[in-house]
Amino acid sequence: MEALSSLIGGFGVLGDPMNIVYMFVGIALGVLIGVLPGLGGANGVAILLPLTFSMSPVSAIIMLSSIYWGALFGGAITSVLFNIPGEPWSVATTFDGHPMAQKGRAGEALTGAFTGSFIGAFIAVLLITFLAPVIAKFALQFGPAEFFAVYLLTFCSFVGMGRESPFKVLAAMTLGFALAAVGIDTVTGQLRMTFGNMELLRGFDFLVAVIGLFGVGEILLTMEEGLAFKGKSAKINARVVFQTWAQLPKYWVGMLRSAAVGCWMGITPGGATPASFMSYGLAKRFSKNGKNFGKGELEGVVMPEVAAHAAGTSALLPMLTLGIPGSPTAAVLLGGLLIWGLQPGPLLFVEQKDFVWGLIASIYLGNIAGLLVVLTTVPLFAAILRIPFSVIAPIILVICAVGAYTVHNAGFDIAVMLIFGVIGYLFKKLDYPLAPLVLALVLGDMAESSFRQAMLVSQGNMGIFWSNPLVGSICTLALVMLFWPLISKVKERLMGGPRPAAAE
Amino acid sequence: MATESDSSEHTVSTRTMDIIVALVFMGVAALVMADSWRIGARWASDGPEAGYFPFYVGLIMFLSSVGTLATNIFSKTPDRSNFVDREQLGSVLKVLVPTIVYVVLINFLGLYLSSMIFIAFFMWWLGKYPVKTILPVAIGVPLVLFVMFEIWFLVPLPKGPIETALGY
Repeated sequence: MEALSSLIGGFGVLGDPMNIVYMFVGIALGVLIGVLPGLGGANGVAILLPLTFSMSPVSAIIMLSSIYWGALFGGAITSVLFNIPGEPWSVATTFDGHPMAQKGRAGEALTGAFTGSFIGAFIAVLLITFLAPVIAKFALQFGPAEFFAVYLLTFCSFVGMGRESPFKVLAAMTLGFALAAVGIDTVTGQLRMTFGNMELLRGFDFLVAVIGLFGVGEILLTMEEGLAFKGKSAKINARVVFQTWAQLPKYWVGMLRSAAVGCWMGITPGGATPASFMSYGLAKRFSKNGKNFGKGELEGVVMPEVAAHAAGTSALLPMLTLGIPGSPTAAVLLGGLLIWGLQPGPLLFVEQKDFVWGLIASIYLGNIAGLLVVLTTVPLFAAILRIPFSVIAPIILVICAVGAYTVHNAGFDIAVMLIFGVIGYLFKKLDYPLAPLVLALVLGDMAESSFRQAMLVSQGNMGIFWSNPLVGSICTLALVMLFWPLISKVKERLMGGPRPAAAE
Repeated sequence: MATESDSSEHTVSTRTMDIIVALVFMGVAALVMADSWRIGARWASDGPEAGYFPFYVGLIMFLSSVGTLATNIFSKTPDRSNFVDREQLGSVLKVLVPTIVYVVLINFLGLYLSSMIFIAFFMWWLGKYPVKTILPVAIGVPLVLFVMFEIWFLVPLPKGPIETALGY
């Protein structure tokens, strides 16, 4: 029960009243970010990251992760009331959430969504509490080859589990790696792909990329849809909340299933979005009311939210223990750790106990605080959404520009952000996934250096990746993931399944 | 009626766009490989050279884009749907062009003044708001940013001649 005593120590860190204040500020900002189009968990945290440089790392991570929880909660508000998913992972919530709102059951749907989110996060954080120290201890023995194998697995899972074309996943991912390589090579000091340009010497910062891809790109997409917010009004009172809560216990099997799906997809970098869709699909198949899904079934709101939040939370597990984030937002938080001088990875659990357990404790408290905040302030945030887009859009673009500038105090980065915005728009339209690009950009240098170290150890012999059972099985699993689209096609052919076009 | 508006709104098909982007990717990949080859992508006496990793990254990018290209060219069911309607493209450009101007302006006028002009222009042009609604927002947002960044968090943002004249 070492984990429990560490956790109690973590709650002690939260005893500082300022940290609680930061938590509530973070949650409120996060919900705001989740509600506004063009600002989401990943770029919201990226924009606010420079503001936290003057705080202590513990306060900073508490505030930033609270923003993340807030954004996860906030996405549900727009889905239910406006039928506009504020975040990609709340698309599945619109299927039943908005029909419920149209029938005047918005309060019930929102309560279900928020509570579902809370339950998902709670199960995921329980998992983190007990699993993270074990994994970290295990990972202390990792050498460069093992780390590269885990990186390989991370990136190959994008190919195997993504819904997009494997070619496009690979292209987006390698673009991230290539961009990460721009600048000074950390090992030899040589200049790579700078083409004599001084501004490129610094390389591409993924924070700038995230702000452009998710912020500016999203604004362009929203603009294309010619958005007019026509929302349902929300009335949440204590009676509705308790009535909804009374209905929830009978869904416990489904919730556990969704949480399991979410945790799995969060740890492997499938992410919250596919997790929410998968959980919705499973609930539809197994529920007694499956045929009513899509017409306004409470279960159809709760299940994707449980999974999305479980995935969003458990994405922090590989980030903390291995230094490999499971989602773009976790990647941004990882970037924050590096800036504060903390090296994410197994040593964090040994050297920065206060930090790690303070963070984990803040996940518990942050989600309780988040649930309270959203349940009480929904009408306020719904009112913000009624501000016309022609007012909101320029303000968000200004905020994005400020965010991109403050990363390195470089005006050039604002232009880079804009270019990434256009790339983000094109990629979204053409089904190129953004998450692998961002993760490759973040992990590019680390993946490369672990690869080169492993190669140095083995004198260039690829056999090192199969030199012991651990690294060998991770690498083999990674290759299976990489070729999964091919394998599943062959399997289909062998089974004689008469649905050749279904894979597309 | 429907067919007529379809043809007038048609720009390029998703398939064409897919092919163009795949070709751009191949170009980028070629650039990455060429530059990595230049600085050395082979095995030196002391281990892999600086271009070793990026070279293979470029190679994978090239091959996967060839894959995208091939699937689009040889597909039996090509996606001929419209990539973007003319009207949609118009609204996207209505945001994109002012934003480009805004980013250029920041270099000359500093961030605060440019943001003021940008927000005011946007609200006036796309929102058709009266001046009395525009002014508070256009002045208020940069002011809040100023207080938050310069005074509260002590993070300097780019400033232009006006701020210098005011003593910042």
